[in-house]
Amino acid sequence: MWLKSIVIIVGLVAIWQVIVWITGAPPFIVPAPFEVATALVANFGLIGFHAAVTIVEIIAGLILGCAIGIGSAWLILQFQPVRAWFLPILVASQALPVFAIAPVLMLWLGFGMASKIAMATLIIYFPVTAALYDGLRNTDAGWIDMARIMGASKHTVLKFIRLPAALPSFGSGLRIAAAVAPIGAVVGEWVGSSSGLGYLMLHANARSQIDLMFAALIVLAGFAVLLYFGIDLLIKKTVFWQTETTLEAS
Amino acid sequence: MIAVSVRVSLNYGEECIFDDFRLNLESGRLICLLGKSGSGKSTLLRFIAGLISSNFATGSATASDNSPLNGRIAWMAQQDLLLPWLKVIDNVMIGSLLRGENGKEQVDLARHLLAKVELNGADERYPHELSGGMRQRVALARTLIEDRPVNLLDEPFSGLDATTRYQLQDLACTMLSKRTTLLVTHDPLEAVRMADSIYVLSGRPATVAQRIDPPGSPPRQLSDVNVSIAYADLMNQLVHPESVGNVA
Repeated sequence: MWLKSIVIIVGLVAIWQVIVWITGAPPFIVPAPFEVATALVANFGLIGFHAAVTIVEIIAGLILGCAIGIGSAWLILQFQPVRAWFLPILVASQALPVFAIAPVLMLWLGFGMASKIAMATLIIYFPVTAALYDGLRNTDAGWIDMARIMGASKHTVLKFIRLPAALPSFGSGLRIAAAVAPIGAVVGEWVGSSSGLGYLMLHANARSQIDLMFAALIVLAGFAVLLYFGIDLLIKKTVFWQTETTLEAS
Repeated sequence: MIAVSVRVSLNYGEECIFDDFRLNLESGRLICLLGKSGSGKSTLLRFIAGLISSNFATGSATASDNSPLNGRIAWMAQQDLLLPWLKVIDNVMIGSLLRGENGKEQVDLARHLLAKVELNGADERYPHELSGGMRQRVALARTLIEDRPVNLLDEPFSGLDATTRYQLQDLACTMLSKRTTLLVTHDPLEAVRMADSIYVLSGRPATVAQRIDPPGSPPRQLSDVNVSIAYADLMNQLVHPESVGNVA
Protein backbone atom coordinates (compact mmCIF):
# COMPACT_ATOMS: atom_id res chain seq x y z
CA MET A 1 0.00 0.00 0.00
CA TRP A 2 2.71 2.49 1.04
CA LEU A 3 5.09 1.28 -1.62
CA LYS A 4 2.37 1.66 -4.22
CA SER A 5 1.62 5.24 -3.10
CA ILE A 6 5.28 6.18 -3.32
CA VAL A 7 5.62 4.64 -6.78
CA ILE A 8 2.52 6.52 -7.99
CA ILE A 9 3.74 9.86 -6.61
CA VAL A 10 7.27 9.46 -7.95
CA GLY A 11 5.89 8.36 -11.31
CA LEU A 12 3.55 11.35 -11.61
CA VAL A 13 6.30 13.79 -10.65
CA ALA A 14 8.61 12.20 -13.22
CA ILE A 15 5.99 12.52 -15.99
CA TRP A 16 5.43 16.12 -14.96
CA GLN A 17 9.15 16.87 -15.14
CA VAL A 18 9.43 15.17 -18.53
CA ILE A 19 6.53 17.25 -19.89
CA VAL A 20 8.24 20.43 -18.71
CA TRP A 21 11.49 19.38 -20.44
CA ILE A 22 9.86 18.32 -23.69
CA THR A 23 7.52 21.29 -24.10
CA GLY A 24 9.97 23.75 -22.68
CA ALA A 25 7.04 25.56 -21.07
CA PRO A 26 8.05 28.66 -19.16
CA PRO A 27 7.58 28.59 -15.33
CA PHE A 28 4.58 30.95 -15.52
CA ILE A 29 2.69 28.32 -17.56
CA VAL A 30 3.89 25.00 -16.11
CA PRO A 31 6.42 25.27 -13.29
CA ALA A 32 8.76 22.30 -12.83
CA PRO A 33 8.28 20.05 -9.77
CA PHE A 34 11.38 21.49 -8.10
CA GLU A 35 10.13 25.07 -8.42
CA VAL A 36 6.79 24.07 -6.92
CA ALA A 37 8.56 22.28 -4.08
CA THR A 38 10.61 25.40 -3.44
CA ALA A 39 7.47 27.51 -3.40
CA LEU A 40 5.88 25.06 -1.01
CA VAL A 41 8.77 25.30 1.43
CA ALA A 42 9.18 29.07 1.07
CA ASN A 43 5.47 29.70 1.67
CA PHE A 44 4.98 26.96 4.23
CA GLY A 45 3.35 29.21 6.82
CA LEU A 46 1.09 30.91 4.29
CA ILE A 47 -0.07 27.66 2.68
CA GLY A 48 -0.44 26.03 6.09
CA PHE A 49 -2.74 28.80 7.30
CA HIS A 50 -4.96 28.68 4.22
CA ALA A 51 -4.96 24.86 4.19
CA ALA A 52 -6.12 24.83 7.82
CA VAL A 53 -9.06 27.04 6.90
CA THR A 54 -10.08 24.78 4.01
CA ILE A 55 -9.63 21.60 6.04
CA VAL A 56 -11.81 22.94 8.86
CA GLU A 57 -14.47 23.86 6.29
CA ILE A 58 -14.37 20.41 4.72
CA ILE A 59 -14.46 18.50 8.03
CA ALA A 60 -17.22 20.72 9.44
CA GLY A 61 -19.18 20.28 6.20
CA LEU A 62 -18.76 16.52 6.40
CA ILE A 63 -19.94 16.34 10.00
CA LEU A 64 -22.87 18.66 9.43
CA GLY A 65 -23.87 17.04 6.14
CA CYS A 66 -23.76 13.57 7.72
CA ALA A 67 -25.72 14.70 10.76
CA ILE A 68 -28.46 16.30 8.68
CA GLY A 69 -28.37 13.39 6.23
CA ILE A 70 -28.78 10.81 9.01
CA GLY A 71 -31.61 12.84 10.51
CA SER A 72 -33.38 13.14 7.16
CA ALA A 73 -33.05 9.44 6.34
CA TRP A 74 -34.44 8.55 9.77
CA LEU A 75 -37.31 10.99 9.32
CA ILE A 76 -38.25 9.61 5.91
CA LEU A 77 -38.10 6.06 7.23
CA GLN A 78 -40.14 6.75 10.36
CA PHE A 79 -42.83 8.78 8.71
CA GLN A 80 -43.47 7.38 5.27
CA PRO A 81 -45.87 10.24 4.33
CA VAL A 82 -42.96 12.66 4.82
CA ARG A 83 -41.23 10.97 1.93
CA ALA A 84 -43.57 12.36 -0.73
CA TRP A 85 -42.94 15.90 0.53
CA PHE A 86 -39.29 15.49 1.26
CA LEU A 87 -38.04 13.74 -1.83
CA PRO A 88 -38.56 16.69 -4.24
CA ILE A 89 -36.56 18.92 -1.88
CA LEU A 90 -33.85 16.30 -1.70
CA VAL A 91 -33.64 15.96 -5.46
CA ALA A 92 -33.75 19.74 -5.96
CA SER A 93 -30.88 20.15 -3.51
CA GLN A 94 -28.86 17.97 -5.86
CA ALA A 95 -30.19 19.15 -9.22
CA LEU A 96 -29.20 22.76 -8.54
CA PRO A 97 -25.44 22.97 -9.09
CA VAL A 98 -23.70 24.26 -5.97
CA PHE A 99 -21.99 26.79 -8.25
CA ALA A 100 -25.39 28.32 -8.87
CA ILE A 101 -26.27 28.67 -5.20
CA ALA A 102 -22.84 29.82 -4.09
CA PRO A 103 -23.44 33.56 -4.63
CA VAL A 104 -26.69 33.38 -2.67
CA LEU A 105 -24.97 31.59 0.20
CA MET A 106 -22.27 34.30 0.22
CA LEU A 107 -24.98 36.91 0.40
CA TRP A 108 -26.73 35.24 3.31
CA LEU A 109 -23.86 33.75 5.28
CA GLY A 110 -21.08 36.15 4.48
CA PHE A 111 -17.53 35.79 3.22
CA GLY A 112 -16.34 33.78 6.19
CA MET A 113 -16.26 30.06 6.80
CA ALA A 114 -20.00 29.63 7.34
CA SER A 115 -20.89 29.90 3.66
CA LYS A 116 -18.17 27.39 2.66
CA ILE A 117 -19.27 24.94 5.33
CA ALA A 118 -22.80 25.34 3.99
CA MET A 119 -21.55 24.57 0.48
CA ALA A 120 -19.72 21.43 1.58
CA THR A 121 -22.74 20.36 3.64
CA LEU A 122 -25.07 20.88 0.72
CA ILE A 123 -22.93 18.94 -1.74
CA ILE A 124 -22.67 15.84 0.47
CA TYR A 125 -26.19 15.94 1.88
CA PHE A 126 -27.78 14.08 -1.02
CA PRO A 127 -25.37 11.13 -1.36
CA VAL A 128 -25.37 10.57 2.41
CA THR A 129 -29.16 10.75 2.79
CA ALA A 130 -29.93 8.66 -0.27
CA ALA A 131 -27.39 5.96 0.60
CA LEU A 132 -28.49 5.65 4.22
CA TYR A 133 -32.17 5.66 3.34
CA ASP A 134 -31.64 2.95 0.74
CA GLY A 135 -29.68 0.92 3.24
CA LEU A 136 -32.33 1.25 5.96
CA ARG A 137 -35.10 0.37 3.57
CA ASN A 138 -33.59 -2.65 1.84
CA THR A 139 -33.10 -4.81 4.88
CA ASP A 140 -33.22 -8.54 4.12
CA ALA A 141 -36.87 -9.58 4.44
CA GLY A 142 -35.81 -12.83 6.12
CA TRP A 143 -34.32 -10.93 9.06
CA ILE A 144 -37.45 -8.86 9.46
CA ASP A 145 -39.65 -12.00 9.36
CA MET A 146 -37.46 -13.66 11.96
CA ALA A 147 -37.61 -10.59 14.19
CA ARG A 148 -41.40 -10.43 13.90
CA ILE A 149 -41.79 -14.06 14.92
CA MET A 150 -39.47 -13.47 17.86
CA GLY A 151 -41.66 -10.62 19.06
CA ALA A 152 -39.28 -7.75 18.35
CA SER A 153 -40.29 -4.12 18.68
CA LYS A 154 -39.82 -1.52 15.94
CA HIS A 155 -37.11 0.08 18.05
CA THR A 156 -35.03 -3.08 18.60
CA VAL A 157 -35.34 -4.05 14.93
CA LEU A 158 -33.89 -0.65 14.04
CA LYS A 159 -31.11 -1.00 16.60
CA PHE A 160 -30.04 -4.59 16.04
CA ILE A 161 -30.97 -5.16 12.40
CA ARG A 162 -31.84 -2.17 10.23
CA LEU A 163 -29.08 0.20 11.33
CA PRO A 164 -26.18 -2.25 11.16
CA ALA A 165 -27.54 -3.67 7.92
CA ALA A 166 -27.54 -0.15 6.45
CA LEU A 167 -23.90 0.52 7.37
CA PRO A 168 -22.33 -0.81 4.14
CA SER A 169 -24.68 1.34 2.07
CA PHE A 170 -24.10 4.35 4.33
CA GLY A 171 -20.37 3.74 3.90
CA SER A 172 -20.72 4.06 0.12
CA GLY A 173 -22.49 7.39 0.57
CA LEU A 174 -19.78 8.53 2.97
CA ARG A 175 -17.03 7.64 0.47
CA ILE A 176 -18.71 9.80 -2.17
CA ALA A 177 -19.13 12.56 0.42
CA ALA A 178 -15.42 12.45 1.25
CA ALA A 179 -14.57 12.76 -2.42
CA VAL A 180 -16.89 15.70 -3.18
CA ALA A 181 -16.79 17.71 0.06
CA PRO A 182 -13.54 19.52 -0.98
CA ILE A 183 -15.30 20.65 -4.18
CA GLY A 184 -17.97 22.40 -2.14
CA ALA A 185 -15.47 24.19 0.07
CA VAL A 186 -13.14 25.29 -2.75
CA VAL A 187 -15.94 26.49 -5.01
CA GLY A 188 -17.21 28.51 -2.07
CA GLU A 189 -13.80 30.06 -1.66
CA TRP A 190 -13.60 30.94 -5.33
CA VAL A 191 -16.90 32.75 -5.28
CA GLY A 192 -15.90 34.97 -2.42
CA SER A 193 -13.55 34.67 0.52
CA SER A 194 -10.47 36.10 2.17
CA SER A 195 -8.83 32.84 3.15
CA GLY A 196 -8.58 29.14 2.23
CA LEU A 197 -6.70 27.23 -0.45
CA GLY A 198 -9.24 28.21 -3.12
CA TYR A 199 -8.67 31.88 -2.30
CA LEU A 200 -4.89 31.38 -2.29
CA MET A 201 -4.99 29.73 -5.72
CA LEU A 202 -7.06 32.52 -7.29
CA HIS A 203 -4.87 35.14 -5.66
CA ALA A 204 -1.62 33.49 -6.78
CA ASN A 205 -2.99 33.00 -10.28
CA ALA A 206 -3.92 36.65 -10.58
CA ARG A 207 -0.39 37.64 -9.60
CA SER A 208 1.21 35.04 -11.89
CA GLN A 209 2.66 33.15 -8.93
CA ILE A 210 1.97 29.90 -10.74
CA ASP A 211 4.42 27.93 -8.59
CA LEU A 212 2.52 28.98 -5.45
CA MET A 213 -0.77 28.08 -7.13
CA PHE A 214 0.54 24.62 -7.94
CA ALA A 215 1.85 24.21 -4.40
CA ALA A 216 -1.62 25.03 -2.99
CA LEU A 217 -3.20 22.67 -5.50
CA ILE A 218 -0.91 19.83 -4.44
CA VAL A 219 -1.67 20.36 -0.76
CA LEU A 220 -5.40 20.31 -1.54
CA ALA A 221 -5.07 17.13 -3.62
CA GLY A 222 -2.95 15.49 -0.91
CA PHE A 223 -5.51 16.30 1.77
CA ALA A 224 -8.41 15.08 -0.40
CA VAL A 225 -6.65 11.76 -0.98
CA LEU A 226 -5.81 11.35 2.73
CA LEU A 227 -9.39 12.17 3.69
CA TYR A 228 -10.80 9.65 1.24
CA PHE A 229 -8.54 6.80 2.27
CA GLY A 230 -8.92 7.65 5.97
CA ILE A 231 -12.70 7.40 5.68
CA ASP A 232 -12.40 4.29 3.51
CA LEU A 233 -10.28 2.63 6.21
CA LEU A 234 -12.74 3.67 8.91
CA ILE A 235 -15.62 2.15 6.94
CA LYS A 236 -13.73 -1.09 6.30
CA LYS A 237 -12.97 -1.41 10.02
CA THR A 238 -16.60 -0.75 10.94
CA VAL A 239 -18.15 -2.95 8.30
CA PHE A 240 -15.69 -5.76 9.00
CA TRP A 241 -18.10 -8.49 7.89
CA GLN A 242 -18.32 -7.30 4.32
CA THR A 243 -16.11 -9.36 2.08
CA GLU A 244 -14.98 -7.95 -1.20
CA THR A 245 -15.50 -9.98 -4.32
CA THR A 246 -13.45 -9.54 -7.42
CA LEU A 247 -14.23 -10.37 -10.99
CA GLU A 248 -11.47 -12.99 -10.99
CA ALA A 249 -13.18 -14.88 -8.16
CA SER A 250 -16.47 -15.34 -9.94
CA MET B 1 -47.61 -29.44 24.59
CA ILE B 2 -50.10 -28.12 22.09
CA ALA B 3 -51.55 -29.22 18.80
CA VAL B 4 -52.30 -26.74 16.03
CA SER B 5 -55.08 -26.93 13.52
CA VAL B 6 -54.71 -24.94 10.36
CA ARG B 7 -57.40 -23.94 7.91
CA VAL B 8 -56.57 -21.61 5.07
CA SER B 9 -57.66 -20.20 1.73
CA LEU B 10 -55.05 -18.19 -0.05
CA ASN B 11 -54.88 -16.33 -3.34
CA TYR B 12 -52.06 -14.50 -5.01
CA GLY B 13 -53.65 -12.39 -7.70
CA GLU B 14 -55.80 -14.64 -9.87
CA GLU B 15 -54.08 -17.76 -8.70
CA CYS B 16 -55.58 -19.85 -5.93
CA ILE B 17 -52.82 -21.51 -3.90
CA PHE B 18 -55.00 -22.99 -1.18
CA ASP B 19 -58.76 -23.51 -1.17
CA ASP B 20 -59.98 -24.32 2.31
CA PHE B 21 -56.86 -26.38 2.96
CA ARG B 22 -56.70 -28.13 6.33
CA LEU B 23 -53.78 -29.51 8.26
CA ASN B 24 -53.35 -30.69 11.83
CA LEU B 25 -50.07 -30.47 13.65
CA GLU B 26 -50.28 -33.17 16.25
CA SER B 27 -49.03 -32.50 19.70
CA GLY B 28 -45.38 -33.47 20.21
CA ARG B 29 -44.94 -34.90 16.72
CA LEU B 30 -42.91 -33.90 13.72
CA ILE B 31 -45.17 -33.47 10.72
CA CYS B 32 -43.53 -33.12 7.33
CA LEU B 33 -45.06 -31.38 4.37
CA LEU B 34 -43.40 -32.70 1.24
CA GLY B 35 -43.84 -31.05 -2.14
CA LYS B 36 -42.06 -29.77 -5.20
CA SER B 37 -40.77 -26.21 -5.35
CA GLY B 38 -43.67 -23.85 -5.89
CA SER B 39 -46.26 -26.18 -4.35
CA GLY B 40 -47.11 -23.59 -1.71
CA LYS B 41 -45.60 -25.37 1.27
CA SER B 42 -43.44 -22.46 2.38
CA THR B 43 -46.40 -20.16 2.00
CA LEU B 44 -48.37 -22.35 4.37
CA LEU B 45 -45.58 -22.15 6.92
CA ARG B 46 -45.51 -18.38 6.63
CA PHE B 47 -49.27 -18.30 7.12
CA ILE B 48 -49.02 -20.29 10.36
CA ALA B 49 -46.27 -17.95 11.54
CA GLY B 50 -48.59 -14.99 10.94
CA LEU B 51 -46.39 -13.47 8.25
CA ILE B 52 -49.00 -13.33 5.50
CA SER B 53 -51.24 -10.33 5.25
CA SER B 54 -54.98 -10.94 5.55
CA ASN B 55 -55.30 -9.34 2.11
CA PHE B 56 -54.09 -12.61 0.62
CA ALA B 57 -55.20 -15.25 3.08
CA THR B 58 -58.29 -16.12 5.04
CA GLY B 59 -58.48 -18.82 7.63
CA SER B 60 -56.82 -19.51 10.92
CA ALA B 61 -54.10 -21.37 12.72
CA THR B 62 -55.39 -22.19 16.17
CA ALA B 63 -53.76 -23.87 19.12
CA SER B 64 -55.48 -26.72 20.96
CA ASP B 65 -55.47 -24.70 24.21
CA ASN B 66 -57.30 -21.82 22.49
CA SER B 67 -54.60 -19.30 23.39
CA PRO B 68 -53.09 -17.28 20.54
CA LEU B 69 -50.12 -18.82 18.72
CA ASN B 70 -48.41 -15.45 18.70
CA GLY B 71 -45.13 -15.64 20.62
CA ARG B 72 -45.21 -19.42 20.85
CA ILE B 73 -43.53 -20.19 17.54
CA ALA B 74 -39.88 -20.72 16.69
CA TRP B 75 -38.81 -20.53 13.07
CA MET B 76 -35.89 -21.87 11.14
CA ALA B 77 -35.44 -21.00 7.49
CA GLN B 78 -33.38 -22.21 4.57
CA GLN B 79 -31.08 -19.21 4.96
CA ASP B 80 -29.33 -19.20 8.30
CA LEU B 81 -30.37 -15.53 8.81
CA LEU B 82 -27.40 -14.94 11.10
CA LEU B 83 -26.59 -11.27 11.61
CA PRO B 84 -23.02 -10.83 10.32
CA TRP B 85 -22.24 -8.00 12.78
CA LEU B 86 -23.00 -10.09 15.84
CA LYS B 87 -20.84 -12.79 17.39
CA VAL B 88 -22.14 -16.34 17.30
CA ILE B 89 -23.22 -16.20 20.94
CA ASP B 90 -25.21 -12.99 20.37
CA ASN B 91 -26.75 -14.48 17.26
CA VAL B 92 -27.99 -17.39 19.34
CA MET B 93 -29.47 -14.96 21.88
CA ILE B 94 -30.89 -12.54 19.29
CA GLY B 95 -34.46 -13.35 20.32
CA SER B 96 -34.00 -11.98 23.82
CA LEU B 97 -32.05 -8.99 22.48
CA LEU B 98 -34.88 -8.20 20.08
CA ARG B 99 -37.48 -8.48 22.82
CA GLY B 100 -35.43 -6.10 24.95
CA GLU B 101 -34.90 -8.68 27.65
CA ASN B 102 -31.79 -8.87 29.77
CA GLY B 103 -29.84 -11.54 27.94
CA LYS B 104 -27.37 -12.13 30.78
CA GLU B 105 -29.11 -15.22 32.15
CA GLN B 106 -29.26 -16.69 28.69
CA VAL B 107 -25.51 -16.71 28.11
CA ASP B 108 -24.97 -20.04 29.89
CA LEU B 109 -27.88 -21.63 28.09
CA ALA B 110 -26.61 -20.33 24.76
CA ARG B 111 -23.15 -21.82 25.43
CA HIS B 112 -24.76 -25.10 26.43
CA LEU B 113 -26.81 -25.24 23.23
CA LEU B 114 -23.81 -24.34 21.09
CA ALA B 115 -22.00 -27.29 22.64
CA LYS B 116 -25.04 -29.48 21.91
CA VAL B 117 -24.91 -28.56 18.23
CA GLU B 118 -21.19 -29.39 18.32
CA LEU B 119 -19.91 -25.84 18.10
CA ASN B 120 -17.75 -25.68 21.22
CA GLY B 121 -15.51 -22.65 21.30
CA ALA B 122 -17.21 -20.82 18.44
CA ASP B 123 -19.02 -18.38 20.77
CA GLU B 124 -16.80 -15.39 20.09
CA ARG B 125 -16.44 -15.92 16.35
CA TYR B 126 -18.34 -14.07 13.66
CA PRO B 127 -20.66 -15.75 11.13
CA HIS B 128 -18.40 -14.95 8.17
CA GLU B 129 -15.69 -17.06 9.77
CA LEU B 130 -17.90 -20.16 9.76
CA SER B 131 -18.78 -22.69 7.09
CA GLY B 132 -22.34 -23.05 5.80
CA GLY B 133 -22.91 -26.13 7.94
CA MET B 134 -21.62 -24.41 11.08
CA ARG B 135 -23.80 -21.40 10.40
CA GLN B 136 -26.88 -23.57 10.12
CA ARG B 137 -25.93 -25.23 13.41
CA VAL B 138 -25.93 -21.78 14.99
CA ALA B 139 -29.36 -21.20 13.45
CA LEU B 140 -30.53 -24.46 15.02
CA ALA B 141 -29.22 -23.37 18.42
CA ARG B 142 -31.01 -20.03 17.96
CA THR B 143 -34.24 -21.90 17.21
CA LEU B 144 -33.82 -24.15 20.25
CA ILE B 145 -33.04 -21.38 22.74
CA GLU B 146 -36.40 -19.82 21.95
CA ASP B 147 -37.89 -22.96 23.55
CA ARG B 148 -41.28 -22.65 21.85
CA PRO B 149 -44.00 -25.29 21.85
CA VAL B 150 -44.42 -24.97 18.08
CA ASN B 151 -41.46 -25.15 15.70
CA LEU B 152 -41.64 -24.36 12.00
CA LEU B 153 -38.77 -25.50 9.81
CA ASP B 154 -38.68 -24.20 6.24
CA GLU B 155 -36.30 -26.39 4.22
CA PRO B 156 -33.68 -25.80 6.88
CA PHE B 157 -30.98 -28.05 5.39
CA SER B 158 -31.53 -27.73 1.66
CA GLY B 159 -28.53 -25.45 1.16
CA LEU B 160 -26.05 -27.83 2.76
CA ASP B 161 -23.84 -30.56 1.35
CA ALA B 162 -25.03 -34.16 1.69
CA THR B 163 -22.86 -35.10 4.68
CA THR B 164 -23.58 -31.99 6.70
CA ARG B 165 -27.27 -32.28 5.89
CA TYR B 166 -27.29 -35.86 7.16
CA GLN B 167 -25.62 -34.90 10.45
CA LEU B 168 -27.89 -31.93 11.00
CA GLN B 169 -31.02 -34.00 10.33
CA ASP B 170 -29.98 -36.36 13.13
CA LEU B 171 -29.20 -33.48 15.42
CA ALA B 172 -32.41 -31.58 14.75
CA CYS B 173 -34.52 -34.72 15.19
CA THR B 174 -33.01 -35.42 18.58
CA MET B 175 -33.25 -31.84 19.79
CA LEU B 176 -36.80 -31.26 18.55
CA SER B 177 -38.27 -34.60 19.59
CA LYS B 178 -41.45 -34.30 21.66
CA ARG B 179 -42.12 -30.83 20.27
CA THR B 180 -44.92 -29.97 17.89
CA THR B 181 -43.00 -29.39 14.69
CA LEU B 182 -43.85 -28.74 11.06
CA LEU B 183 -41.06 -29.43 8.61
CA VAL B 184 -41.40 -28.30 5.03
CA THR B 185 -39.11 -29.90 2.47
CA HIS B 186 -38.78 -30.97 -1.14
CA ASP B 187 -36.37 -33.77 -0.23
CA PRO B 188 -38.19 -37.13 0.17
CA LEU B 189 -35.23 -38.64 1.98
CA GLU B 190 -35.25 -35.85 4.54
CA ALA B 191 -38.97 -36.43 5.05
CA VAL B 192 -38.49 -40.16 5.57
CA ARG B 193 -35.60 -39.71 7.97
CA MET B 194 -37.12 -37.00 10.13
CA ALA B 195 -40.91 -37.16 10.12
CA ASP B 196 -43.43 -38.94 12.29
CA SER B 197 -45.99 -38.34 9.55
CA ILE B 198 -45.53 -37.17 5.97
CA TYR B 199 -48.08 -35.33 3.88
CA VAL B 200 -47.44 -35.08 0.16
CA LEU B 201 -48.63 -31.79 -1.23
CA SER B 202 -49.53 -31.40 -4.91
CA GLY B 203 -51.78 -29.64 -7.39
CA ARG B 204 -53.17 -26.14 -7.58
CA PRO B 205 -55.01 -25.34 -5.41
CA ALA B 206 -52.78 -27.55 -3.33
CA THR B 207 -54.16 -30.68 -1.73
CA VAL B 208 -52.68 -33.45 0.34
CA ALA B 209 -52.42 -36.51 -1.88
CA GLN B 210 -51.49 -38.95 0.84
CA ARG B 211 -50.40 -39.33 4.42
CA ILE B 212 -47.57 -41.72 5.17
CA ASP B 213 -46.41 -42.76 8.63
CA PRO B 214 -43.07 -44.49 8.08
CA PRO B 215 -42.39 -47.30 10.56
CA GLY B 216 -39.79 -46.82 13.29
CA SER B 217 -38.89 -43.62 15.04
CA PRO B 218 -36.90 -40.70 13.68
CA PRO B 219 -34.11 -40.03 12.97
CA ARG B 220 -34.23 -43.12 10.77
CA GLN B 221 -30.94 -44.41 9.45
CA LEU B 222 -30.22 -45.26 5.83
CA SER B 223 -29.41 -48.83 6.81
CA ASP B 224 -33.09 -49.24 7.69
CA VAL B 225 -34.81 -51.09 4.81
CA ASN B 226 -38.07 -49.26 5.49
CA VAL B 227 -36.35 -45.99 4.69
CA SER B 228 -35.54 -47.03 1.14
CA ILE B 229 -39.03 -48.43 0.59
CA ALA B 230 -40.71 -45.25 1.83
CA TYR B 231 -38.22 -43.11 -0.08
CA ALA B 232 -38.98 -44.90 -3.35
CA ASP B 233 -42.70 -44.62 -2.70
CA LEU B 234 -42.52 -40.87 -2.00
CA MET B 235 -40.31 -40.19 -4.98
CA ASN B 236 -42.79 -42.02 -7.17
CA GLN B 237 -45.61 -39.86 -5.86
CA LEU B 238 -43.68 -36.65 -6.50
CA VAL B 239 -42.82 -37.69 -10.04
CA HIS B 240 -46.27 -39.13 -10.91
CA PRO B 241 -48.75 -37.34 -8.67
CA GLU B 242 -51.68 -38.30 -10.97
CA SER B 243 -51.21 -42.03 -10.24
CA VAL B 244 -52.11 -41.57 -6.58
CA GLY B 245 -55.67 -41.28 -5.36
CA ASN B 246 -56.60 -38.06 -3.62
CA VAL B 247 -57.48 -38.88 -0.02
CA ALA B 248 -58.05 -35.38 1.30
